[in-house]
Parts: sequence; structure tokens; C-alpha cells
Amino acid sequence: MIAGSHLVKRYLGGFEAIRDVSFEIAAGAMILIGGHSGAGKTTLLKLIGAIERPTSGSLIVGGQNLTALRNSALPFLRRNLGLVFQNQKLLFDRPALENVLLPLEIIGLPLREAQRRARAALDKVGLLAREKAYPIALSGGEQQRLAIARAVVNRPSVLLVDEPTANLDEGSARQVLDLFAAFNQVGVTVVIATHAPREIPGRDLRLMTLDHGQLLP
Amino acid sequence: MNAWFRQHFAAFFRAIRRLAAAPLNTLLSLLVIGIAMTLPAAGYVFLDNIRTLGANHTGIQQISLFMQTGSSAQAVAAVRERIDERLPGQWRFVPRDEALQQLKNTEGMAEIIAALPKNPLPDAFILEPDDASPENMESLRAEFADFSDVAHVQLDSAWIKRFNAFLRLGVQTVNLLALVFAVGLVAVTFNTIRLQVLAQAEEIEVARLIGATDAFIRRPFYYSGILQGALGGLAALFLLLSGLAILNPSVTQLAALYGSDFTLHPPGFVYFSLPVILGAFLGWLGAQLSVSLALRHMQ
Ligand SMILES: Nc1ncnc2c1ncn2[C@@H]1O[C@H](COP(=O)(O)OP(=O)(O)O)[C@@H](O)[C@H]1O
Ligand SMILES: [Mg+2]
Repeated sequence: MIAGSHLVKRYLGGFEAIRDVSFEIAAGAMILIGGHSGAGKTTLLKLIGAIERPTSGSLIVGGQNLTALRNSALPFLRRNLGLVFQNQKLLFDRPALENVLLPLEIIGLPLREAQRRARAALDKVGLLAREKAYPIALSGGEQQRLAIARAVVNRPSVLLVDEPTANLDEGSARQVLDLFAAFNQVGVTVVIATHAPREIPGRDLRLMTLDHGQLLP
Repeated sequence: MNAWFRQHFAAFFRAIRRLAAAPLNTLLSLLVIGIAMTLPAAGYVFLDNIRTLGANHTGIQQISLFMQTGSSAQAVAAVRERIDERLPGQWRFVPRDEALQQLKNTEGMAEIIAALPKNPLPDAFILEPDDASPENMESLRAEFADFSDVAHVQLDSAWIKRFNAFLRLGVQTVNLLALVFAVGLVAVTFNTIRLQVLAQAEEIEVARLIGATDAFIRRPFYYSGILQGALGGLAALFLLLSGLAILNPSVTQLAALYGSDFTLHPPGFVYFSLPVILGAFLGWLGAQLSVSLALRHMQ
């Protein structure tokens, strides 16, 4: 479960990107965070992903209170979350498989086991045949799916996704959203921030809409 | 293999990969580090050789011990006994009459001595200790000078002291040199590691976002620094031994002209590992400083 209560995020310089936001996301739910550009969607994802710390309020993710957590504990919390960044943040100096291996290297998995799991993740997103391809050689949709493979290879219970379809054609966008639906189907909590929310067939979506840092009722 | 070892192995190989990814840079750094370590190391080897030269190839070292004039036969016998106790080595008693006789045989001295009313020379001992190291000679001199009825003890080569002083100066100079080059080595590692961190900025950022600890991020750079220093130390050893091999024929020839069989000897086994260990430590130090600074800038 993810629960925020009176969350405030004030950036350096004083701008309040999140203003008194309270919400609850049940385990296994699929959530869309909507809202205009600059509404605070990315900021809210970053708070949940422990990339930014809240200025005030409380935020509980996976039973841990993020406001009280020590900095040194943050890496271990992040390992239980799958993050798909808006610009993917793939590493272009190494092939697809190595990109997916990184999270497993971080947790110190034996190489053989890590490769097995990385290939399984690539298989899930339909990229197993491209494991040796460098990201530059992948299409936009394939890059997005590679980023998803990297996010899920650790088998996280929560998947946080920022604007997954922003730069994709209709076909690729469908494919990517179907992937999230499939992960949600097997119990992963999926939180997607998007400025253009849309239906995902076969999934019960809940929409949370942000407006200038505040949650619309 | 447990997780700790695996993490370190992985970091080690990542470090090798990064060094191998920029072979020219790596090679140049190794050369710079190697040369920087060769100079002081050569200095130490040179001084070490000089020291053995001083200890073994100066001919027989003597200590002359003069009794007080008019010392009794008992006093002489007592000193003789104590020398016998104290000395591994040879010694010879020179009675005052014998000394006078020798002096008489010296060209032009006979008339002068004949004019003397009585023998002005004291009884003397000439000592030739087995251990002729400057330290031992000096301590023997001090000891014998304290004997009663001994008037004066003299090391028969004042140059031992000069030689010693020269050696001390040499060691100080090389120590200073080593310190300067150690700082240089840390600076070189600092710079190469800084460049590596900057080149890996993206990976570092992503790794952090997906749960890498600080230790995970730093570890490969530490190994990079350690590897660079250790390999630089190996390069220094190679340069040093090559240098010795090149110089030795000329040294042997030169020594032969002075009737000596002296050759330059390589450093002992312990010293062999020293450049490598020292290089590794200094490399680690440079990496440590560099990574801390670079990561702080990146946050
Ligand atoms: N690191 C930051 N420092 C200062 N202001 C920021 C920072 N990140 C985002 N903002 C501001 O916070 C507001 C919300 O940003 P963001 O969460 O990215 O919105 P969204 O993702 O909904 O478009 C924007 O006005 C943005 O300019
Ligand atoms: Mg955004």
C-alpha cells in the first residue's frame, strides 16, 4: 500500500510543486495520475520513488515511512520499486541485455542467475531477440519496453511509470500499456503519470488528477 | 562464493573493463606512475649498493688504542683481557719499544729519535674487528675509550664518518624525492579517476536511481586506482631492473679497474613488492579523494 497524507514538496527556490496532497493506493491497484503539464505528476512519482524527499506530510510506501527514513536506507527501498523514467535513462554504451543486468548487479546476484533473469525480463517485453542490440538501434517503442524490462527485472511489487506513451505512435503505445496491464494482472501495483490519460482495456483504472500541485476530488 | 566476494569481484572486473576501455590513457598513466616511482626506487637501490660498498670494500678497518704513557704491565694486561672478551676479530699488541723501533726505521727519523732522552711512545693495540660496519666501529671506539689507563682511541679512517654523513644526506634526499613523487602519484590517480567518474556520470546517475548504494558506485573506482598504482609499481620495478641490467656491465668493468669485483645488486625480495604495495596504496588514496569530490559535484 502507498499512502500520502498532507504531502508538500517545496523545491529549492521555494516553488511548491505538491501542495497538501493526501491519497491511498491499494496494493495491486492500477492508477493513472493525470493533470496538465507542470501539475506535479512527475514530482509525486519522485516522492513515491524516494528520489525526492517530501518537505512535510507523511508518505508510507511498502510499510516504510519515507519522511523518517535515513538517506542510507533509500537505496534498499528503491530496489523494491520499478521505475520507468520519462526519458527512459537507458545506457547507450552497452547492449540491451547489459542494461537489464544493471539492477541485478546492484543487488549482487551471481552472473549466471542474473543473465537468466534479465533474459526472462527481455522475453516478457518481447525483446529477447534484440538482447545484443544497442539502445540507439532500437525504435522508440522498443526503447520504452527495454526500460520496462529493466524496471521489472527485480520483480518489484510497485511499478512507477512517467509518461510512458508520450513519444510513441498508437501501435507502440498500445503495446506498452498492455504490458503494464499484464504486470498489474499478476499483482504488481502500477502507477502511471500521464498528461493524456486513456483507457486500458480489461483493467480497472483509478484516475487521480493533479491541478497546480493539488489533487482534484 | 558469498555475496561480499562476488560484489568485490564484479567491481574489480568492472575496473579492469574501464581501464581497458581507454587503453592509451591507461598506458600513459601507468608510464607516468612507473617513472615517478622508478626515480626514488633507483635512489634507494643506489644508496643500498653504496652502503655495501662502504661495509665490504674499504680494506681492513682498524682501531688504534693507545695506553697512557707509563702504564703498568698489569694495566696493559687488563686491557688486553677485556679486548679479548669483547672482540670477535683480530688484534695485535704493539709495545712502545717496538713502535719506537719502527719509527727509527722510517727514513730521516733515526737521528731525531736518537736525540730523545727517553721513549715518548705509549703501548698500543691495533684492533681489526670482524664486523667493520661504521656503526660497530663507532660503538667499539666509544667503549674502549672508557677503559681505565686508555689514553686515546682512534678510528683509523675518519672517512667512515664522512661516508656515513654522505649516506645520511643521500637517504634524506631520496626520502624527500619519494615524498614528492608520492604526492605526484596521488595527483595522477586523482585526475584519471576523476575523468573516469565523469565518463561514467550517466551510469552512476541511473544506478543511484535504481537502488545502488554509495559503496557500489565507489568500489570500481577504488579498484581502478589500486590497479593503476600496483601496475605502475610493476612498471617501476621493470624499469629499475632493466636499468640495473644495462648499467651493470659498465659498473663491473669500472670496479675491475680498481681491483674490485663489485656489481650492482638488485633490491631484496621485500623491496621487490614495495613499489607494488605502495603504488596500490597511493592509487587507492588518489581514487578515494577523487571519487568523493567528483560524486559530491554530481549530486
Ligand atoms: N527540481 C526542480 N526544481 C524546481 N522546480 C521544479 C523541479 N522539478 C519540477 N519543478 C517544477 O515543479 C512543477 C511541477 O513539475 P512536474 O512535477 O515535473 O510536473 P508534471 O510532471 O506534472 O509536468 C513545475 O512547475 C516544475 O517547473
Ligand atoms: Mg512530468
